[in-house]
Amino acid sequence: MTIKTFALPLAASLATALTLAGGDANAQSNAMEKCFGISPAGQNDCAAGPGTSCAGSSTVDYQGNAWTLVAAGTCADIELPAMADGTARVGSLEELDRDLPPA
Amino acid sequence: MLPDSHSATERAFHAALRAADPPAGLTAPDPSEIALRFKVYRNNVQASLTRALAAAFPVTEQLVGAEFFAALARVFIATSPPRSPVLLHWGADFAAFLAQFPPVTHLPYLPDVARLEHLRGQATHAADAMPVAPDALRTDTPEALRLMLHPSVALFTAPMPAVQIWRAHQPDARRAPLTAGPDHALVARRPDFRVIIEPLDTDTHAVLTALRQGDTLGTAAHHGDPTPALTLLLRHELIIATGGPE
Repeated sequence: MTIKTFALPLAASLATALTLAGGDANAQSNAMEKCFGISPAGQNDCAAGPGTSCAGSSTVDYQGNAWTLVAAGTCADIELPAMADGTARVGSLEELDRDLPPA
Repeated sequence: MLPDSHSATERAFHAALRAADPPAGLTAPDPSEIALRFKVYRNNVQASLTRALAAAFPVTEQLVGAEFFAALARVFIATSPPRSPVLLHWGADFAAFLAQFPPVTHLPYLPDVARLEHLRGQATHAADAMPVAPDALRTDTPEALRLMLHPSVALFTAPMPAVQIWRAHQPDARRAPLTAGPDHALVARRPDFRVIIEPLDTDTHAVLTALRQGDTLGTAAHHGDPTPALTLLLRHELIIATGGPE
């Protein structure tokens, strides 16, 4: 009996919540994403894992397992100097295995 | 007499940071300066931990003033030193410490404000998880819907108006008269890495508590209208999975 009493208001409640929250979807244009491999040494945001335990701890430029928050959608477009052998450096949403500090 | 290994030296050095005398086995160009020189290390540890504590509990520091906070931090550091070089969990027992620290017993809201600030820090460092698209909540059987919330989600409740006091001490705060507690809040980290503290009414706090522990929407709704809770979870993208009846 309880279930029946609640079924209709719950559907309405969910629909209302989806509508109310949906109005904020436009606000996501200022969303950020973690971009790996773009930070100058010592200027990364926080990351977990060996060698990069927290913010400001990266030790080489453009360290591949350190990230910086950038506006969503811009990570791969950030201009970076090419590597020593001439290959282009590009930021990534995943950890990279380039530019790692010596073990 | 010198300690017989590097690790023994380290242990003696570490212990002496919190003792009256420098460790055995130190040398200096002028041996009469050993105690004075060792004090530099002791002071660096003290000063950096005090700064770390103030950074984690900025409103608590504002409430008592920086000078008093530094003195209070000295006692806290002595009784609850960090157990790990990773400081992000340090301060978990700061609120309990404040609750029994005689010089601040006239500020009964202080421990609750510190507890809220600690939750904020924990939300900052919580694990990452991808939110579901809002459409995942569309179902023909809403009463059976279960939600898994983001790991950063915490629910705060205090007998004192601690959430209002915390908000009143934010940089952009407008002065508003305090209403009597209890205060409730949702603490979480959004996908854009902003940590939010959303004040909740008693019913919405109860609904969120039920949803967080895995109750169905039908069961959670016995505590009150679930619309505000669902709206908050959707707006801040804090639902990471949905499920039906088990």
